[in-house]
This record gives sequence, structure tokens and C-alpha cells, in this order.
Amino acid sequence: MREQHHIISYRTLTLVWIALLVLTVVTVLVTRFDLGGYRVLVALAVASLKAGLVIAVFMHMKHEGRLLRALLFVALVAIAVNIGFTFFDVLYR
Amino acid sequence: MSHPMHKDYTGAKLGMWLFLFTELLLFSGLFLLYAVYLRRYPHEFTTAGKQLNWVLGSANTVILLTSSLFAAMAVTAAQRSEARRAVGLIGGTILCATGFMIIKYFEWSAKIGHGIYPGSEHLKAGAPGESVFFGLYYMTTGIHGLHVLIGGGLLAWIAAKVKGGSVNAEHFVLLENGALYWHLVDLIWIFIFPLYYLIL
Repeated sequence: MREQHHIISYRTLTLVWIALLVLTVVTVLVTRFDLGGYRVLVALAVASLKAGLVIAVFMHMKHEGRLLRALLFVALVAIAVNIGFTFFDVLYR
Repeated sequence: MSHPMHKDYTGAKLGMWLFLFTELLLFSGLFLLYAVYLRRYPHEFTTAGKQLNWVLGSANTVILLTSSLFAAMAVTAAQRSEARRAVGLIGGTILCATGFMIIKYFEWSAKIGHGIYPGSEHLKAGAPGESVFFGLYYMTTGIHGLHVLIGGGLLAWIAAKVKGGSVNAEHFVLLENGALYWHLVDLIWIFIFPLYYLIL
């Protein structure tokens, strides 16, 4: 059985790298200003966006089949539940 | 080759991803500890976090993002039968890994030089939250650094196989899995960087 492999161009990879660098600059600049509690929110939102780009393009998840995508979803939900329930306990104990 | 080699591209990659999920769980445990202790010791965490050098942290972020670009490009090069280029790109990744570890070495030795390390007299005398912060800092960046070393070694071994021709456009899953491991290292750092160097 021959499988189809998607080849990602150097150009696409370079564009994603530039986007990652820009987001890094954004997160550094934003956290140098005093935004109070929003600083954590903004920093984590930017980090999640960067992580999404790395997973989708560098790690080829954009072109993977249903099985891998579903497993990634399950893993991320498991981590979110793990962290969510712990916080529920820590915050409202 | 006298006998047909068994290939299972999907299975090999699925196995790698399952392993990466366990790695995510390992690091998510450390981030969870960070979050819970940040809530318990917000002021001590802020005081301790401000002692980290965000310029060095930013430099290492740029280095790791670049290393990830090279690793992803190496996969593309191998798929296009550009073996020489693939080896060069993996070399670029390893060079970045070395740069990352050198910066990490200077960061750690500066801190240790100031008497800041787990169990040091300086931390024992200070606020408890501060020693918790640095304990987590050494633990998290230490395990991450170990992953950088393992990933660098793994990629060097794979580069030799690309050069030797056993990893090629028809048979590149080893390189793809090596690159996936490397991207995970990058992925973890994307979260370590803001949490430890920026938001405090």
C-alpha cells in the first residue's frame, strides 16, 4: 500500500517561523507593560497560538488523518480536565 | 536487500505521537505545580521571577524556534531527495541546540554563583515561596534541557543515516519522528518562557 505524504514547502515553513518570531516579540513587549492580571492571560494566549502553529505546520498535524487529530484532541482535553479540576479544588477549597 | 522490509509509516508515527502525549502529561504536571504555587505565593514568585534574565530567555526562544524551522525543513529536504541539504539543516538544528545549552549554562551558573540553588543557605534563609519557585525553575528547565540533549543526540544519529542513505525520500519516518520530538522540545519552551521569564 502506498501512502500519500504531504510535503510542506520551505516557503510555508519560513512564513510560520516569521510569524512565531513576531508573536515572540509581541509577548515580550506586552509583558513589559503593566497590564495587571491581563498579562498572564495575554502571555498564555500568545503561547497557545504559537504552540498551535508549531503543531499544525511544523508537526504536520494540518495534514494528518482523523485518528491522530482525535488523539491530540483527547490528550489536550485530558490535560485541561486535569488542570481545571485541580484549580477548582485549589480556588474553592 | 534480500528480504522485503516491513514498513508501517502510519504505525511508526502513531507510536511517536502517543509517546509525545506522555511527554505533554509529564510537563503539564510541572506547569500545574507552578500554577498552584503561584496562587499560594504570588509575591514571592514575583520577587523570584524578576531575578531571571528575560533577555537570555528571549534569545533562547528565538534559537529554539529557529532550530524547529531547520528540523521541519530537513524533513521537507529528505522528502524531496535533497539528502545533502537535509544533513546540513539537521546540523543547523544541532548547532542551535548547542547554543541553547550554552546560554542555559551561563544562566544556571550565574544563579548558582549567587547562591541560588535547591537547598542553598541563601534560599533556606529567604521566604519559602522563593525556594519553591527556584526548585520548580531548576526542575522544569532541567528536564527540558535533558530533552534538548537527548533530541540533539537523536538528530545527530539520524543525520548519519540520512548521509548513509538509509533514511531517504522513500523511507523518512525516522527523520520525521526525530523532528517531531524536536518540535515537542520547542513546544514546551514556548510555555516555559512566558511563565518563568515574562509574566512575573
